Amino acid sequence: MATLNINLQFSGGMELLFDNQKSINVQIPSTFSDKAVEKHATNMRDLIAWTAENLVQERPELFLGNDGSVRSGILVLVNDADWELEGELEYEVQDGDEIVFISTLHGG
Amino acid sequence: MPSKPLKNPCNLCQSVRAILKRPKTGQQLCKECFFHVFETEIHNTIVDNKLFKRGDRVAIGASGGKDSTVLAYVLKLLNDRYDYGLDLMLLSIDEGITGYRDDSLETVKRNRDQYQIPLLIVSYKELYGWSMDDIVKEIGRKNNCTFCGVFRRQALDRGAIMLNVDHIVTGHNADDIAETVLMNILRGDLPRLQRCTSIITNDTSEDSSGIETSKVLRSKPFKYTYEKEIVMYAYFKKLDYFSTECIYSPNAYRGHARVFLKDLEQVRRTSIVDIIHSGEALSASVVANTTTKLPTLTTCTRCGYISSNALCKACLLLEGLNRGLPQLGVGHSAKIRRQHEERQRDSGTSTPLPTSSSPVVGGEESTVLAATVTLPSSTSSVDTGNAQTKDGLDYEAKVVVTHMKDLETRIGQLQMPSLHST
Repeated sequence: MATLNINLQFSGGMELLFDNQKSINVQIPSTFSDKAVEKHATNMRDLIAWTAENLVQERPELFLGNDGSVRSGILVLVNDADWELEGELEYEVQDGDEIVFISTLHGG
Repeated sequence: MPSKPLKNPCNLCQSVRAILKRPKTGQQLCKECFFHVFETEIHNTIVDNKLFKRGDRVAIGASGGKDSTVLAYVLKLLNDRYDYGLDLMLLSIDEGITGYRDDSLETVKRNRDQYQIPLLIVSYKELYGWSMDDIVKEIGRKNNCTFCGVFRRQALDRGAIMLNVDHIVTGHNADDIAETVLMNILRGDLPRLQRCTSIITNDTSEDSSGIETSKVLRSKPFKYTYEKEIVMYAYFKKLDYFSTECIYSPNAYRGHARVFLKDLEQVRRTSIVDIIHSGEALSASVVANTTTKLPTLTTCTRCGYISSNALCKACLLLEGLNRGLPQLGVGHSAKIRRQHEERQRDSGTSTPLPTSSSPVVGGEESTVLAATVTLPSSTSSVDTGNAQTKDGLDYEAKVVVTHMKDLETRIGQLQMPSLHST
């Protein structure tokens, strides 16, 4: 099965849910499918679900929000750009992508 | 001329790929234009509100977290760029929370070195004889945030007096203020609603009451700055900040307010600014109809700091801790204060109860209405962060409302020189 090499980064306190790892290199399937959806190229929705299932060490509710997205207040960057410019959940993940999750939920 | 079309070009310079979608305008900006707009808006807030005078000594309330770290960085940058002539200092409070504040203070020390700004750390232990760790051992985890909030408020003032500063700036951002407005509306806490929306408080030049108030001003240069942009700015500038939740403070009430606002923002982009505006408008109308009784200022009979009662909140809480009755002042403090006053009358003395670690003279009290401190989540510095009542609010509220409109217009029209001309 074809896979994609992705670098995931966690900061702003987000790393606490990932065993204090600030950067994790992962290989994820290049396509996803389940009962509800046809086989399709891996997108951010798949990546977030996959990350929650495979990498989150504790309290997944602090990572996942409603409708398959991350919890509100978590900023996401795709290759150093705001994911709101990249299609958010529908963005198709590419081999070599660098995806950053930053929590804004911690005090300042 | 550009040979291939650029993906997501910056709305301002048109020549570089955008990296941020601005939450307040929906504008997409490249990194350099974002830095420029972010810094310029804060500069405009400072200038339009006349926050500082040349030669002012300004303490930056620094926790090591994202907001105060970005505030220290940006203030230093603007002070140099626009020649404000400010003498900047970092002021940190060590609440004495092992595994939280000790780590965040290490971040502040690095900021001191990175930005070359002097740092003063004042601790609860040295000011009050109790660290938060000691207090939690004594009273448990319930209500400990009341102590922390009241003490922090006064500790910042005392630190400011030690540094001989004119002004304290804090990193409260637009999202924080919108949350606080919402919480104060839900609680019906009008005095705090007024204070939390004022960009600057405790302007003694507006105080005609003749009461000797603290001379230290407080302001929030990030009042109109969105949290998302602060975090993105810190990320792209690679600023060093600390991000761990306080181990004693789940702060559930604020958490719900926050999630609610974030959800609203998904539907309506301007929600944060709308709610701040609501807070300002409500404050202004409260001041106009002075049917709501606002507390009057006096000085604490024990420590001499500004208070709205004969005994200030910090002294009341300390009294409880030192007498082994830590709930004193946490719940029905109005009743307890009355009993205290009655006891004094009965015993025919006007001197306050003795205490082993009475605060020293020179600051002000944080909690204005006794009733407000019964609320469980008067915890963060935002709640009490601008806790100062005085007679100048009417003026301030109007200025802020006017300013808000101007700023919104100007943000919409902001023109940028091209930063990427090749």
